[in-house]
Amino acid sequence: MAEGILCNRKPVNTKEDLLALLADKSGKQYYEEMNHLHVDSAALWATIQKSLKSRLRTWLEICAHCGLCADSCFYYLANNKDPKQVPSYKIQSTLGEIVRRKGDVDNAFMQMVMDTAWSKCTCCNRCGSFCPFGIDMGVMFGYLRGLCFSQGFVPWEMKIGSGMHRIYRAQMDITSEDWVDTCTWMCEENEEDWPGLEIPVDKENADILYTVNAREPKHYPEDIAQAAILFHLAGENWTVPSVGWEETSLTMFAGDWEGCRLQVQEVYNAMERLKPKRMIGTECGHAYRATVLEGPYWAGLKTGKTPVESIHYIEWVAEALRTGKLKLDPSKKLKMPVTYQDSCNYIRNAGLADTAREIMSYIAEDFREMTPCREHNFCCGGGGGLNGIGRYREQRNVGLKVKRDQIIATGAKLVVSPCHNCWDAIRDMEEIFHIGIKWSFLKPILLKMVIVPDHLKPENGE
Amino acid sequence: MYQFVTGPLAWLSFGIFLVGIIVRVVLYIKGLDWKLDRVTYTVNVSYGIKGAIRSIFFWLIPFGTRGWRTNPGFTILFFIFHTGLLFTPLFLAAHNILLKERWGISLWTIPDFAADLLTIFVIVSAVIIILRRIALPEVRILTTAYDLLVLLIATAPFITGFIAYHQAPGYQFWLITHILCGEIMLVSIPFTKLSHFILFFMSRAQIGMDFGIKRGGMKGKGFAW
Ligand code: HEM
Ligand code: SF4
Ligand code: SF4
Repeated sequence: MAEGILCNRKPVNTKEDLLALLADKSGKQYYEEMNHLHVDSAALWATIQKSLKSRLRTWLEICAHCGLCADSCFYYLANNKDPKQVPSYKIQSTLGEIVRRKGDVDNAFMQMVMDTAWSKCTCCNRCGSFCPFGIDMGVMFGYLRGLCFSQGFVPWEMKIGSGMHRIYRAQMDITSEDWVDTCTWMCEENEEDWPGLEIPVDKENADILYTVNAREPKHYPEDIAQAAILFHLAGENWTVPSVGWEETSLTMFAGDWEGCRLQVQEVYNAMERLKPKRMIGTECGHAYRATVLEGPYWAGLKTGKTPVESIHYIEWVAEALRTGKLKLDPSKKLKMPVTYQDSCNYIRNAGLADTAREIMSYIAEDFREMTPCREHNFCCGGGGGLNGIGRYREQRNVGLKVKRDQIIATGAKLVVSPCHNCWDAIRDMEEIFHIGIKWSFLKPILLKMVIVPDHLKPENGE
Repeated sequence: MYQFVTGPLAWLSFGIFLVGIIVRVVLYIKGLDWKLDRVTYTVNVSYGIKGAIRSIFFWLIPFGTRGWRTNPGFTILFFIFHTGLLFTPLFLAAHNILLKERWGISLWTIPDFAADLLTIFVIVSAVIIILRRIALPEVRILTTAYDLLVLLIATAPFITGFIAYHQAPGYQFWLITHILCGEIMLVSIPFTKLSHFILFFMSRAQIGMDFGIKRGGMKGKGFAW
């Protein structure tokens, strides 16, 4: 069984392997090696027999081929209704075919499967809500990605991402030390303006354990400072763990189920070690999906729940505004037309549509819904890891058109987007299409309108 | 011949149909896996049941879901077709007379003209379904010969029954063909895509539990199908 040095069936578990992959700029050698990677059909078929059970088997079998799912997929719409983008076709011609051939497929076929699984589906699950049988192609593509990963047919960045989680328990090479340093630095940077500001690390029995997206310490640490300031203003008793602080999971996008387990276990260990009342994750959609919704299953927790109650950042914001823990200055409410990007991962797949609306009612005077919205909103175009995969940049950019048109139709000038993936996709969209919009997480917006209680103002303030 | 196809053969096909769908249901449930499907079917049961019921209920109502509403033409086609498929054979007077004679039971009956109309609806819908499959590129790309075969198996009893009822020449032949087609359909249900007759409910219940338990059902108002 021929395997490459970089492109092979083995997950990345050591720093050396990871550095070798990273040194291969844009995966040139990696993808070249992929052309010679053998498919281990026996292993593929064995995996399918073990893991393709009634739910998926039935979906593949009873699909009526009625095409009702076609218009539900933003890729189908963005690609001028190309029939090859019909969700049912995409899954039947890949997973369906592998099953029909009992795993006996070749290299070219697997590369086609990989391209389909990552560049024609963001696992947004929208199609599942339009199929009369409830056939959810997003779930099936998630499964298919797992098969691809086990065979080594996985985009270069996804292999790296999975390796990062396996080695650093974070999607980027940030160690526990780096993380704690960043927290300390952000605290020092801001304590003059916010006397008493703290980022408590590893405090036991706090009310809130806060977890983040590794991009925050890596690329925009001010997000951590903003979170700290808002918790500070709300008078929360909170902490961050020194280990188990990363909520995201590129392993989920990569289909690396063992890596998924390792990642969430680290967070659950922090919960058990520090015994907080609850965990709050940052403004990220897939991180919440991974750590709060799917994670318990990877970790084998029979209740299907995280060791302590875990909520999304927007749930905390809505609660803080509702109960008056955070008070906003009504005169500072956003005046311009504003819309909200419903993230697939925590709106469609976690029932938080009303929570988002509640927040908008507190912060915006002219809130405009996209059409469709809430559970039925379209994917931003960057979900499922797609934002980060160079090989599919072109396809990603075409997919952005649906969201672009939805935003333009609202007439909004600002898109509130409390999800890292959506935020990135909308930023890239503006870069490509120049439609003249702004986009923002919630934290900076809240900080501009929050009323600072007198006792928390700097001494020489005003 | 008539005695045979309405006697032992009828028993046999009903038997295969019944046992077949029971086996499909049992296998489906046995093949559910909380860890692989990532749904705790046996924990948070009340949320699961609520999710399952909502998921089935809204989809059984014409225009009851966003999916139906965005495809009004297809929705009408689908409901007319399926109403005809299910109601006509169950409530046809002739079937019930036969039932009474053979097994001593009978159901409500509908007037013959209504049954006739439903039959015509089924046949016309089937034709439109085929035309739709040819006309729309997004459906054409999905369509296989197997789909057409399944459609033929489902509509053949209606076509032959219609011909027999209207006393075309060769009544005996059409009657027996009709009965055989009906029996083929019954037997096919557990073994072909027609298994969706029962698996529709299983599959919808499953996704309903998924949303009811894990994907937001414990928060919010339940998924707005
Ligand atoms: C309550 C029971 C049933 C439900 C909920 C149901 C549901 C569905 C659904 C959702 C479709 C897909 C839409 C379509 O392609 O038309 C479908 C198609 C179909 N159903 Fe059913 N079905 C049921 C019973 C039956 C029965 C008893 C038969 C006949 C034996 C049948 C025959 C068909 C056929 C032939 C199609 C394919 C139509 C096509 O080719 O487009 N269904 N059914
Ligand atoms: S809507 Fe459902 S049944 Fe129809 S083609 Fe799509 S996946 Fe198949
Ligand atoms: S999950 Fe989303 S992207 Fe994937 S096929 Fe369905 S609608 Fe399209």
